Amino acid sequence: MTATTTTAPESLLERAERLYRDWRLGAVHEWKARTGGLAVGFMPVYAPREVLHAMGILPVGLMGAGDDLEIIRGDAYYQSYICHIPRSTMEMALNGSFDGLDGMLFPAICDVIRNLSGIWKMMFPGKVVRYLDVPQNFEPELGGRFWRQEIEGLCAELAERGAKPLEPEALRRSLAVYNTHRRLVYGLYDLRRDEPWKVPTHELYPVLRAGLVIPVEEHIEMLKAYRAGVEADVSRRPMDLARVVLTGSFCEQPPLGLIKSLERAGCYVVDDDFVQVHRWLKHDVPTTGDPLDALVNAFLTDSIEHATRWVEKEPKGADLVNRVRRSGAGGVVFCAPSFCDPALLDQPMAVAAVEAAGIPWTAFKYAENTGQFQVIREQAGTFADSIQLWSAVS
Amino acid sequence: MTPAAVARKDASQDRQKRMIAEHFSRLARAPETGEKNCYTYVPGNLTELLRSFDLLPVLPEINALQSGMRGKTRDYIAVAEKAGHSEDVCAYVKSDIGMQEMGNVGPTGERLPDPDVLLLSYTGCFTFLKWFELLREKYKCPVAMLHVPYQGEGVVTPSMRKYVVDQLKEKVIPALEQVSGRKYDEDRLREHLVRSVQAENDLVAVLQSAKHRPSPIDAWFGGVYYIGPIFTSFRGTQDAVDYYRELRAEVEARIAEGKGPVSPEGDVTERYRVVVEGPPSWTHFRELWKMFADEGAVAVASTYTKVGGVYDLGFRHDPAHPLETLADYCMGCYTNLNLPSRVDMITQYVEEYAADGFLINSVKSCKSFSAGQLVILREVEKRTGRPGGFIESDLVDPRYFSGANIKNRLESYFQMIAQKRAGKEAS
Repeated sequence: MTATTTTAPESLLERAERLYRDWRLGAVHEWKARTGGLAVGFMPVYAPREVLHAMGILPVGLMGAGDDLEIIRGDAYYQSYICHIPRSTMEMALNGSFDGLDGMLFPAICDVIRNLSGIWKMMFPGKVVRYLDVPQNFEPELGGRFWRQEIEGLCAELAERGAKPLEPEALRRSLAVYNTHRRLVYGLYDLRRDEPWKVPTHELYPVLRAGLVIPVEEHIEMLKAYRAGVEADVSRRPMDLARVVLTGSFCEQPPLGLIKSLERAGCYVVDDDFVQVHRWLKHDVPTTGDPLDALVNAFLTDSIEHATRWVEKEPKGADLVNRVRRSGAGGVVFCAPSFCDPALLDQPMAVAAVEAAGIPWTAFKYAENTGQFQVIREQAGTFADSIQLWSAVS
Repeated sequence: MTPAAVARKDASQDRQKRMIAEHFSRLARAPETGEKNCYTYVPGNLTELLRSFDLLPVLPEINALQSGMRGKTRDYIAVAEKAGHSEDVCAYVKSDIGMQEMGNVGPTGERLPDPDVLLLSYTGCFTFLKWFELLREKYKCPVAMLHVPYQGEGVVTPSMRKYVVDQLKEKVIPALEQVSGRKYDEDRLREHLVRSVQAENDLVAVLQSAKHRPSPIDAWFGGVYYIGPIFTSFRGTQDAVDYYRELRAEVEARIAEGKGPVSPEGDVTERYRVVVEGPPSWTHFRELWKMFADEGAVAVASTYTKVGGVYDLGFRHDPAHPLETLADYCMGCYTNLNLPSRVDMITQYVEEYAADGFLINSVKSCKSFSAGQLVILREVEKRTGRPGGFIESDLVDPRYFSGANIKNRLESYFQMIAQKRAGKEAS
């Protein structure tokens, strides 16, 4: 990427990748040393970061160790048929990487992550450990009330550990900060959809991951600088690649090499499921009225459709078809981690929907430490070629 | 062990068989009789509520396990995988999908009716949610969704209870009223709950009989028969009351006679007392039981027999508070408990039932059970000082049952207990 801004994009991308790959959480340790604040980790896919932020806590998104850490002790905690992310998460906990975290949140994503919360309670009794039982009922007086009380319980526990008590005005400010952040992230997704050559996913992805371990205000600046850099970079020219939506990679993440392989195989990823906590809510959260109610209500009514979330009315897969249409994609790549129940149980329904809509698709699985991409590259290349050739014919 | 050529059955087993046959026969006739049904799950089942609406429960997990025992699941799973279902996911789901694709013929050989409503009591298992999404796509039928909060903090809070009760009032009951055409009748529900308590008392007496030496029951292999009626379609019925009264009398007679458990192969002479965590392997149920029985190993307590309710630790349905008690029941099912609570329970069982050790059957399909079991193993060993054993298989996917490997591990495990015992006696 050519540098044309005051913040050299190369250094920005290098920093983003360094932050994303730093499973020791050096940035978090630095932040704690600098501020003396609490840091609380959270697993995919959603956590009410605004609340933590308002209490002066650094929310730290944890998405496994990728292909950068050899798993030695973590494997001793799981059978062969369990996915990889809890292994690397355990490995990092046992090697001291998470010593700086004052707590861990385990959102309701699947039984493996849920049970990991229990393991944490037993193994790290000095930490705040919470299973975030996000509601599957989306009515304010039912699921909303329950979710609000869950959040209030979490806040009370964090306040006992030294966090600032949750104050409405502070939460309003945090909602506003995250609204800004969300708009910037969505803005980059829109730019990639419209001009994917300007925002290659192998760049966007580390930039998004970096936002999990630094303060949101810092990440806002990073997003702005990245956008300014790519918009000014005239060397980024369109190529004749196939536009695809990549789905299924919302918890355990593929290694960066896999994303690069897809792009090198001829795919423009124009929509994906990566780091969804940045985009879980679709719009701004109102900063007027009761701010906690506003955040709860946004979760109930303005969340993205998701494999982990009960879909009450719309047929399964309809949202994926809409995403394909909106992004002008020519096909769908189902790219799920091995043994990922939410993604893999969802897949037959999503496949049925895209087939009914006449959308081509392909599928493969990965683990976060997958090291060989040749087969995937060939499969993706063939798929991209078929989209380019046959979509043009029809 | 006394060998027997033909599987032995007690009178209660015959009664249970009749009850099941009659139930499936009613289901098969439902298209003609007009009786409505409700598909739902074992953990967090609301059988009394369904019965109060005259809805017949259908439990897809039970259909899958029955299919496994009848050797049907290999084909069913193949059909589902051919249709795009991953080899990585729950084999119960794939067995159910395959069974439906192949005519939805139930365990008694009769066709099951399509669901009139799906009651998604989302209790302790994430896969339940996806499973009924799949069925909803197929049948286009209404779904009553009940989100049952997990006991992440090891307790049921007033907020959790209110959330469930309010959902029952505002979502589940109206959906059942609409499907059944009946108004909610709380007195009728209470009558069912009164009968539930009677059956629960007798079930607990049966389960706790295993504290005797020798234990008159096997609380895992035998236990799955004992929990059958109360975990499935019969809780709250007079049939269940009669069954458990009869079962309790049989077990008390065995205690009086100083007898150990009865297995399909004959009476078992107790040599090892073990607590078992995890479900059995249904495709090789009898083969696995024989491996235990041949060694004189008796399960004196098990966690699988708590997935549809933890009665032996004190819970009883309370007819005076019908919806609140249903909420507490749902939230108290075994797989809705967090790992520390599961460790506490297994530790308590090992101590109270004077077990020589505990065994984990880790099944590939059920991550709700399996994820974390290696930590449970270490923690219970640490707390009790008694050895833990670990075998791996699957619920209904026969490809994951390696008989020789499991037998080898079990033999080694029991030898270890014997050696420990010998060492203790020598000292």
